[in-house]
Amino acid sequence: MTDESRSIPVLEVRDLVRHYRLPRESLFSEPGHVYALNGVTFEIQKGKSFGIVGESGCGKSTLARNVMALEDTDSGSVKILGKEVVGLSFDQLRPLRRHFQMVFQDPYGSLDPHHTVGRIVAEPLAAVGPISKEEKDSRVAEALKSVGLKPQDVSKYPHEFSGGQRQRIAIARALITHPELIVADEPVSALDVSVQAQVLNLLKDLQKEFGVTYMFISHDLAVVEYLCDEVAVMYLGEIVEKGRTEDMFNTPAHPYTRILLDAVPKPGSGQKRSRIKLKGNVTGQTERRTGCVFRDRCPMAQDVCREVKPPLTPVGEAHLAACHFSDEMIKKAQPHS
Amino acid sequence: MSDTRSLSFLSRCRRSRSFMVGGIMTAFLLVCAAISLFWTPGSAYDITIANRFLPPSADHWLGTDRFGRDIASMLMTGTQNSIVVAVVAVSIGLSMGVSLGLLAAARRGWTEEIIMRLSDFSFAFPAILSAIMLTAIFGPGGVNSILAIGLYNIPVFARLTRGSANAIWAREFVMAARASGKGRLRITFEHILPNILSIIIVQATILFAIAILAEAALSYLGLGTQPPEPSWGRMLNEAQTLMFLDPMQAVYPGLAIATAVFGLNLLGDGLRDILDPRLSRKR
Repeated sequence: MTDESRSIPVLEVRDLVRHYRLPRESLFSEPGHVYALNGVTFEIQKGKSFGIVGESGCGKSTLARNVMALEDTDSGSVKILGKEVVGLSFDQLRPLRRHFQMVFQDPYGSLDPHHTVGRIVAEPLAAVGPISKEEKDSRVAEALKSVGLKPQDVSKYPHEFSGGQRQRIAIARALITHPELIVADEPVSALDVSVQAQVLNLLKDLQKEFGVTYMFISHDLAVVEYLCDEVAVMYLGEIVEKGRTEDMFNTPAHPYTRILLDAVPKPGSGQKRSRIKLKGNVTGQTERRTGCVFRDRCPMAQDVCREVKPPLTPVGEAHLAACHFSDEMIKKAQPHS
Repeated sequence: MSDTRSLSFLSRCRRSRSFMVGGIMTAFLLVCAAISLFWTPGSAYDITIANRFLPPSADHWLGTDRFGRDIASMLMTGTQNSIVVAVVAVSIGLSMGVSLGLLAAARRGWTEEIIMRLSDFSFAFPAILSAIMLTAIFGPGGVNSILAIGLYNIPVFARLTRGSANAIWAREFVMAARASGKGRLRITFEHILPNILSIIIVQATILFAIAILAEAALSYLGLGTQPPEPSWGRMLNEAQTLMFLDPMQAVYPGLAIATAVFGLNLLGDGLRDILDPRLSRKR
C-alpha cells in the first residue's frame, strides 16, 4: 500500500510543450511564436513541496496554467494521481478538478469583489456535484477554520479583508475539496514580508495536517528554501537544474542557479563575496535556437555551448543539471559550503 | 451587513450633487407623465379655434397653440410618449446588445469577430439617418421610430458589454472559477455580468436621454409620433413657422427636451461616480 502510493506520483509532467502564436506582422510573413514551454519534465511525490524558480518570462506561470489544465497544451503529458489530463475536454476534466486546486498570486484579483467569502470559498464544490446546503456550510466553516479565519467571516466581502487575510481566503478555497495537489503561483509575492511568513507557515501547517502536495512557483529563493523539498530552476521554458533543495543551495551545478543564489542579499556577513552578476533580461522567447538556452548571458559560455545543447544529466544523487560544465561548478561550490 | 452596504450606497448617492440634481429633474418628468395619465390642466387634443394663441392664464398655464390646444397639457402628455419610446427603445438595445456582447466575450474567436464587425457596420450609418431609412421603408409612426432607435442602441450596448466583459474575463478570479470547473455560461452569469452591471446601468441612463432626443428629432421631421398624439418634437416643428408671432411656443417643448436630456445625463454621471468600484473601494 505505501509502496504503491509512493510509486504513483501526485503529479507527473513529461515533455510539456506550449507555444503561443503571435499575431501576424504582415500578410506574407509566417506568424511568430512565443516558445513558453519547451519540454518540461518533473514529478512530485505525495506530501512533498516542489519549488519552481526562475525570472519573469521563463514560463513558470504558463507551466502552472498547463498543469491546472486551464489552457490547451501543445504536446506532452500531465498525469495527476496517475490520470492523464492533457487532451481531456473541459467537461471530462470537471470531476477530476477536486484533486488539484490553485492559489493565485494576487489576492486582490483572485477573489470576485461581488461575492461573499462563503460563496468564494465554496466555489470549487461546483465540480464535486450536488451537495446539500448544510454540508456546503459545514465544509466552508471547516475550511475557514483551518486557515485561521472566523466562521462569521462567511458573510463578509473581500474588500473588508487585508492582503494576508485575502490570501487565507484563497487558500481556504483551494482546500475545500480536500485536494491532493495545490498549485501555488507566487502565493506570497504580493504580500508584505511579515505577512509572507505567516502565510508560508500556514501552508506548512496545512501540509502537515492534510498531507497536501504543493507545486510552488516563486522567484524568491528564500521562500523556496524555507518551504520546498525539491526545486527546479527554469530558464526560457526549460528546466536547467533540478534537485533536493539543500543540494541545490549548497552545490549549484548550473551557472544560472549560482547567479540566482548570489543575487540573494545576505545580511550580516560583512565580508565581500565572490559573486557572478547577471546582466539584462530574459530574451529569446520568440526564437528557436541551437545550443544551451542560457548561452547568451552565461559568464562561462564557450563555443560548445553555442553548438551543442547540454542535456539534463545527473550530477549527484537526485540532482540533475543541463550544463556542459556542471562538474566544474560543483567543484567550485564545494569550498563555499 | 447588507445594511451597511445599502447605507453607504445611500450616503454616496446623497453626496453626489449631479446624481441628486439629475434625479430630481428626472423624477419631475416621471411625475408629470404619471399625473397626465388621469389629469391634465386642459385638453391636449380638443381643437377650439376660438381659443388660439391665448396667453398664459389660470385656465391655460402656458397658453394655447394655433389650434387652441392647451400647451401645458400637451407637454405633460408628450412626456408619456417620450418616456415610453425611450424605455422600449433602450430595453431593445439593452437586452439584445448585452446578450450579444456577453456572447462575444465568452466565445471569442469567430463569434466575437462576426458580432463586432456587424456592430461596426451598423455604426457606419448615422443614427438619425438609419432611423429615417427605416421609417421611410416601413412608414412613419411611433412603433417604427421605437424600433429604429432600439436597433441603433444594440451595437452601442454590444460594444460596451464586450469591452468591459473582456476585461473581467482576464481577471484572476475568472481563472479561479475555471479552475473550479465552471463553464463559460455559468461564469458569464455568476462573475462577468455582476461585475459589469454598473457600467451598463450608467450607459442605459445616458442612452435613455439620447433616445428621447432621437424621438423628438424624428417627430420634428414628421417621421415619429403622428398627430393627434402630442409629442415634443412635433410641437417644435409646428412652432417653427410661428417663431416671430409667438416664440414661446417653441421655447416650452425645447425646455422640456432640454430638462429630460440634461437631467438624465446628470443622473448617469452621478450613477457613474456612485457605482464606480474604484471610488467605492476607497472608503
